[in-house]
Amino acid sequence: MRIEYFQLIDRIVALDVSAWTIRVEAVVPRESTIFEGHFPGNPLMPGVLLIESMAQTAGWLVIALTRFERMPFLAAIKDAKLRTFVLPGTSLDITAKLLHDGSGYAITKAAIAADSKPICDAEITFRVMPFPEKSMRRAMEETAARIGFPMQALADG
Amino acid sequence: MSSTFDTVANIIAETCDIPRDTIKPESHAIEDLGIDSLDFLDIAFAIDKAFGIKLPLEQWTQEVNDGKATTEQYFVLQNLCTRIDGLVAAKGA
Repeated sequence: MRIEYFQLIDRIVALDVSAWTIRVEAVVPRESTIFEGHFPGNPLMPGVLLIESMAQTAGWLVIALTRFERMPFLAAIKDAKLRTFVLPGTSLDITAKLLHDGSGYAITKAAIAADSKPICDAEITFRVMPFPEKSMRRAMEETAARIGFPMQALADG
Repeated sequence: MSSTFDTVANIIAETCDIPRDTIKPESHAIEDLGIDSLDFLDIAFAIDKAFGIKLPLEQWTQEVNDGKATTEQYFVLQNLCTRIDGLVAAKGA
């Protein structure tokens, strides 16, 4: 996880396009300038970044289901619950499931756990539209390669 | 149509916190009820679930943007309900 670059997903562990599910892993860095302010002397992973981590996870699922033809943009967060503190160095198990494949939008449910203990969860809505620029799609494909996006899963699904 | 309208009106009232008795068949969801595009996603989700359909929002938006249709054709509630009935019928055909 490179917080400062908004690269919050380390690796896609499992992707099932038939079941509409994804699982990723992400390790909170032990050091980051963000912890200097959040909070001085008591570093904690900011809750908004945990939510962003869930959104990125669910977003990769949506990209997979559209076979890299469309980009999900965060539109709404509902029923977000931040259940416990997350310390630097924590290994996160992030899962997401598509609840509804709408026309131009997607409704997902995502959750984070650490050591099988629930950390947070939320319902996340995306607007889903064609990539506004080809360069953006290329950048997403490069990121996909970096985090081990299983292209074979698209062929299997 | 009336039961479709009742279902849709109840969804709008609950989703957008709009008094149920102000929602009429001739109401325009955007211009009369003040529903914005994000709130309409919630309504579309609830309608999709309630009727087991997929409102073609992208197609409708494109047609309006291209000048091939007016928002009244899709977002006046009695017209919306007619389209929902059509989608339900097509699903069962």
